[in-house]
Amino acid sequence: MSELGEFHNRADALATIEKLHHLSLSARVWSWRYLILRRMVQLGILLLFFGTAHWAWEYPEKIPLLAGNLSASELLGLIPMTDPFAALQIFLTGHVLQPESLMGVAVLMGFYLLVSGRVFCAWVCPVNMVTDLAGWLRNRIGITPIVHVPRTLRYFILVATLVLTVITGMAAFEWVSPIGMMHREIIFGLGMGFTALIAIFLFDLLILKNGWCGHLCPLGAFWSVVGKVGLVRVRFNRDTCTHCGECARVCPEPQVLNLKRLDQVGMVYSGECSNCGRCTALCPEGSLRFDLRALTGKHRSGA
Amino acid sequence: MSQQGPVGLNPKRRDFLVKMAQGAALAGTGGLLWDYILHSEARAAPFALRPPGALAEEDFNAACIKCGQCVIDCPPDILKLQPAGGSLPIGTPYFEPRTGACIMCPDIPCMKACPTGALSPNLKKIEDARMGLAVIDMENCLSYKGLRCEICHRECPIKGKAITLETHPRQLSKHAMFIPLVHSDACTGCGICEKACPTEIAAIRILPHKLVQGKIGEHYRLGWTFDTEITQDFKPQHGVPAAPAAPDAIAPKTAPGMDFLNDGGL
Repeated sequence: MSELGEFHNRADALATIEKLHHLSLSARVWSWRYLILRRMVQLGILLLFFGTAHWAWEYPEKIPLLAGNLSASELLGLIPMTDPFAALQIFLTGHVLQPESLMGVAVLMGFYLLVSGRVFCAWVCPVNMVTDLAGWLRNRIGITPIVHVPRTLRYFILVATLVLTVITGMAAFEWVSPIGMMHREIIFGLGMGFTALIAIFLFDLLILKNGWCGHLCPLGAFWSVVGKVGLVRVRFNRDTCTHCGECARVCPEPQVLNLKRLDQVGMVYSGECSNCGRCTALCPEGSLRFDLRALTGKHRSGA
Repeated sequence: MSQQGPVGLNPKRRDFLVKMAQGAALAGTGGLLWDYILHSEARAAPFALRPPGALAEEDFNAACIKCGQCVIDCPPDILKLQPAGGSLPIGTPYFEPRTGACIMCPDIPCMKACPTGALSPNLKKIEDARMGLAVIDMENCLSYKGLRCEICHRECPIKGKAITLETHPRQLSKHAMFIPLVHSDACTGCGICEKACPTEIAAIRILPHKLVQGKIGEHYRLGWTFDTEITQDFKPQHGVPAAPAAPDAIAPKTAPGMDFLNDGGL
């Protein structure tokens, strides 16, 4: 607290935590707004895929509404979308991709460069629902950690994916991706993919907190790299923050909420932030809120 | 750990080297395990029947992004994506002709839906698709038992080309056998024959070419299928002259006396 003492004292911080613990029910529900919104987006996307596959949803007539899955899809028969990481792997196998998938890559890269890469993780990826449940339960039960794994491991796995893809000539992650398994099996018919999800759930719950999404998943690592230049970011207001630290407690990637650093740069620039909105909705002082990063000016090189 | 090493040994460097070795060991074992999983996933590949236009199995497995757009755009809804834990490569599309055969849409919507080109847009006509090859189990085919079945022949969309009937006359009191024959140069592997086959378990089935087709080898010279300086000697001299141009000048066209009888020499 010594460096921060001049602006913030312990009493302020405690008062903030006190406020949090005595929220009215309506205020509490309001603080879940991003959580509810995220679930609606995640389930809505799943529903669009599912409806198109099972109930032949079409718009306009005879055109599938949202055909495919998270690996590649087509919206309204018009807008192609292709998972850039999957496309990168297929490219590395030596296959020449069709222009349609390259356009799909451009669409998604454009989108995630605007909203920040790991928005995929918190707002789209269905595995997030499994790992969030595990994380919530883990907090509830109070599991003691047994292993320490550096969060940088995912970047090594990312590199390993690409290297292995080149060596084997097969898209290394796509063949084992639990994200792909879960999404495919919800949309196209059940198989043994749920066992992988149970494994992830138990791993996150009992072995490593935020284990899959925060330490291992190479797709999350890929989006983290992309997210370094995302436009939508969480802005930090140093004047109102009491340094109670509750935001970092709910954050699945707490290293991005390093308050000492935020004091200096004023914005969460780390690509590992998934813009899940837990902290922004929680902070009773309103010190954290979504904002657009300045594309020019002094914070530009803040990442 | 704090033990003093021999003179000149830098503990920091040792630490660094050990860390490197640990990292390499982790990457190596992890990579090998991952590699094993990848290959065991693709191992069952030869048994998969792919949608029309699919690249050769290995290339297909590399190029397929497992999105299922072909599945959604398939009008008869026969395509499936292999879920995890099945016997075929995970997430890739396939069909089972006995329950759902390809109806050979002329506009090939599944191929058009494919975003990566794993179902190659080089396939222009559905008749050129080679999803598999129909193979007949002679022991259980009704036609081979002398019954008039021929359902596969009648149902075949490439009628008269992919499956032909061969008649085998028998004794006077029995009618001839009408035996279906599959021709790989026309069979697309759509599987309509397999679906239509009336036996309890289909006696005609679609299998990937790799599993059923042999290769004669380059060293067999099927002389009657092309013209050489040798075989032309055995051909009737009327009609089109022999093809090879260069050796003509050197080698004599006919060995003396070879066509003595044909020429009416006797």
